[in-house]
Amino acid sequence: MTDAIKLSRRSFVTGSAAAAGGLSLGFHIPLGASTAAAQDAAVREVNAWVLIKPDDTVVIRIARSEMGQGTLTGLAQLVAEELECNWAKVTTEYPTPGQNLARNRVWGDFSTGGSRGIRQSHEYVRRGGATAREMLIQAAAKDWGVAASEVRATNSVLTHAPSGRSTTYGKVAAAAAVLEPPKDVKLKDPKDWKIAGKPLPRLDTAPKVTGQQIYGVDLKLPGMLNAAIKACPVFGGTVAGIDDGKAKAMPGVKHVLRVADNAVAVVAETWWQAKTALDAVAINWDEGAHKNASSEAFAEVLKDGLNSSANVFVGNQNGDAPAVLATAARKIEAIYSYPHQNHATMEPMNATALWTADKCEVWCPTQNGEAALAATATAAGLPQTKCDVYKVHLGGGFGRRGAVHDYVTQAVLIAKQVPGTPIKLIWTREEDMTHGRYHPVTMAKMTGALDDKGNLIALHMRISGQSILSSIFPGALQNGRDMATFQGVGPDNPAQPTANEHGICYAFPNLLVDHAMRNPHVPPGFWRGVNVNQNAIYLESFLDELAAVAGVDALEFRLRLLGNQPKARAVLEAVAARAGWGKPMTDGVQGRGLSFLRSFGSYTAACAEVSVSDRGKLKIHRIVAATDPGHAVNPRQIEMQVEGSFVYGLGPLLYQACTVKNGRIVEDNFDTYPPLRIDEMPKVETIVMPSGGWWGGVGEPTIGVAAPAVLNAIARATGKRIRHLPIKDQNLRA
Amino acid sequence: MNDLVEDDVAKLTVNGKSVDVAVDGETPLLWALREQLGLTGTKYGCGVAVCGSCTVHIDGVAVRSCSVKVGSLKPDQKITTIEGLSPAGDHPLQKVWVEMDVPQCGYCQTGMIMAAAALLAAKPKPTDADIDAEMSNICRCGTYQRVRAAIHVAAGNVKAQG
Repeated sequence: MTDAIKLSRRSFVTGSAAAAGGLSLGFHIPLGASTAAAQDAAVREVNAWVLIKPDDTVVIRIARSEMGQGTLTGLAQLVAEELECNWAKVTTEYPTPGQNLARNRVWGDFSTGGSRGIRQSHEYVRRGGATAREMLIQAAAKDWGVAASEVRATNSVLTHAPSGRSTTYGKVAAAAAVLEPPKDVKLKDPKDWKIAGKPLPRLDTAPKVTGQQIYGVDLKLPGMLNAAIKACPVFGGTVAGIDDGKAKAMPGVKHVLRVADNAVAVVAETWWQAKTALDAVAINWDEGAHKNASSEAFAEVLKDGLNSSANVFVGNQNGDAPAVLATAARKIEAIYSYPHQNHATMEPMNATALWTADKCEVWCPTQNGEAALAATATAAGLPQTKCDVYKVHLGGGFGRRGAVHDYVTQAVLIAKQVPGTPIKLIWTREEDMTHGRYHPVTMAKMTGALDDKGNLIALHMRISGQSILSSIFPGALQNGRDMATFQGVGPDNPAQPTANEHGICYAFPNLLVDHAMRNPHVPPGFWRGVNVNQNAIYLESFLDELAAVAGVDALEFRLRLLGNQPKARAVLEAVAARAGWGKPMTDGVQGRGLSFLRSFGSYTAACAEVSVSDRGKLKIHRIVAATDPGHAVNPRQIEMQVEGSFVYGLGPLLYQACTVKNGRIVEDNFDTYPPLRIDEMPKVETIVMPSGGWWGGVGEPTIGVAAPAVLNAIARATGKRIRHLPIKDQNLRA
Repeated sequence: MNDLVEDDVAKLTVNGKSVDVAVDGETPLLWALREQLGLTGTKYGCGVAVCGSCTVHIDGVAVRSCSVKVGSLKPDQKITTIEGLSPAGDHPLQKVWVEMDVPQCGYCQTGMIMAAAALLAAKPKPTDADIDAEMSNICRCGTYQRVRAAIHVAAGNVKAQG
């Protein structure tokens, strides 16, 4: 293979999309077998979600982005379930955000984050499948002159039992496509599911094992040039001046460009030439106001916030915790902290842009095509109707490519300076590590009071630290308060299940959770699990500390507080039973630890088993996890997400931290920001226990229970409580 | 050294074919594969031989191609990329990888498979300790449990679980 991408017309020129979308130009990005099908003029768009080929191939449109979490397969299962189609002939494709705009947002929200992919679109995608099925039935009934109620649809075959006639979806799709869609379709009861709810293999695996899967970094367009970029290493700094004399003379170099006021890019024939030449550009930075900032200095700000009354917001409150704590006979206090983290997707930030005076097109990995389109239009200086974004599968997202499209903005600003030439911008790993949107840094002071029976009678959780919304969505603040800060420890509001996704389940008799907002200059972002990562560590670790002081078993201590939460009790009891909680430990295990969390609408629990050597070396033997997400669309994918979330959550526990020195991030590659590897991967046993009745998330919820379960197990094994992450420089024994 | 480097053209043997690569000898093999030969299955992850996304085989040994300069290679050294691992994507590891749904985002998986293939070639029945020692590739999605299981299945150590 000498040419990575075979170019062809884009795939969506079918049916009404062609008329409405202004699709006169554009390159097709291969997304698997679907593209060939959808390009075919014989393909019929039955409705926005379903296209059918004469050979009965079904192309299901997916608005959310696939970044490894399996949402592509899960959403296709939901559509296919209602469509009653042959799963073996299902393929998928992404509509573009430009088409969504042109068609009055027929595909709804493109945003893929917050574990929302399935739980917030299941109803309308299932309705899309059901509506298409009814139209196919009507088309066959009309052709046969029989009542639609007598026609059955199964596995892409339509049959009329009384007359013995049958046909297939492919044969009636053209007739179905012109029918008026039925207004009301009935969705199946999940207990009748045949495709959804099953552990089906993913639809996107095969090209990922042969190297054929095209990611953003692999794109190749005709006449394309490549760009490398360096932005000011200090956030808020700018470019004061450059000397590009040497770089301009280097092989392949076409342009040395300023990008906004804070970055320099080199455009060359190949990316390696661009990167090499960029290293030869002498850049004089104006490092701005934050050039002396450091993690140490900011830690003092955070410590001050633990006891301050300035800029403090209450997120959850019942009873009068401060009053009870003030007079309590047995009061326990502990301080915890969690550092900045980088998403560090394996595929670095990248985007390919083609700008002309009246059109701008971008090809990129994005968790939110609509936000990428908005960023494109703004940078291009063009209305969104003259721009479009073509999504490719992401080489990891984890929140980095959702709310902030700085890499898209840069690619467009470069392309704008080279009109008519496609420019592929790829960040180096070093650029990626030092220009992230970091998991917020926080500390917490936990204060609890026990009565003489060992019951928790009051709890105050004071969070001090960074607000994500203040930086990214300031309009979402409530009189200055960032409710996202309270994820996992927010108010329990059973009357409003959709607003209750991060409500605390424990019935604390007196509770105060408040937040002293302290924002450093390091830009924050939504990082897989977001604020439940540290909130669950703070709360679940401290509950174990309280239980130990009270002399009450950690499971019993929690169950006492979960009397009216049967789903919460069920996941905790499930992991306890599977792990053998309370039973003798074997195979060198020295300690077990529990944790529980409701987040992103799902109930999760974990039980970790660890040992710590005499020299302080930690081994995580096993983690048993349970999750109740209401409905389980693909149990196998859920298991994969649980395993993966644990790897993502245990990295910060063991090693990962982004630290600031001289205003910039110190850790600039995987050698100094080491993720978990296979040799430290614990055995993960996942219990998927959907109890029905609501739709919770999957990709993130379990990340919250991994680290606290391990920390509680370490404390059990060693008697030593670890309260600050990462543990790499701490002696677990001494 | 590539003795035949003249006018920045290196002769390499890639996936069984002799190819001329017009590139500065200082260019990492990774970028020559991706940009000169269009073999984009080999991925850039870190550029410093830490993450393993760029793993290829040189004479059967797993090597991190981001840190091998084209000019240091000899024309008869056999370079194998993921595209050349098997004739039709049907190496036992690739088949098991699909069967067991190992990949998530998939970006690191080609390097992971190349590392595993070199491991199996050297140790057809690897133990967990062998896997721990040889499979140091980074996966941010966290596929490790399935990677381990898939290697054992491909090696015939255990059967795949339904």
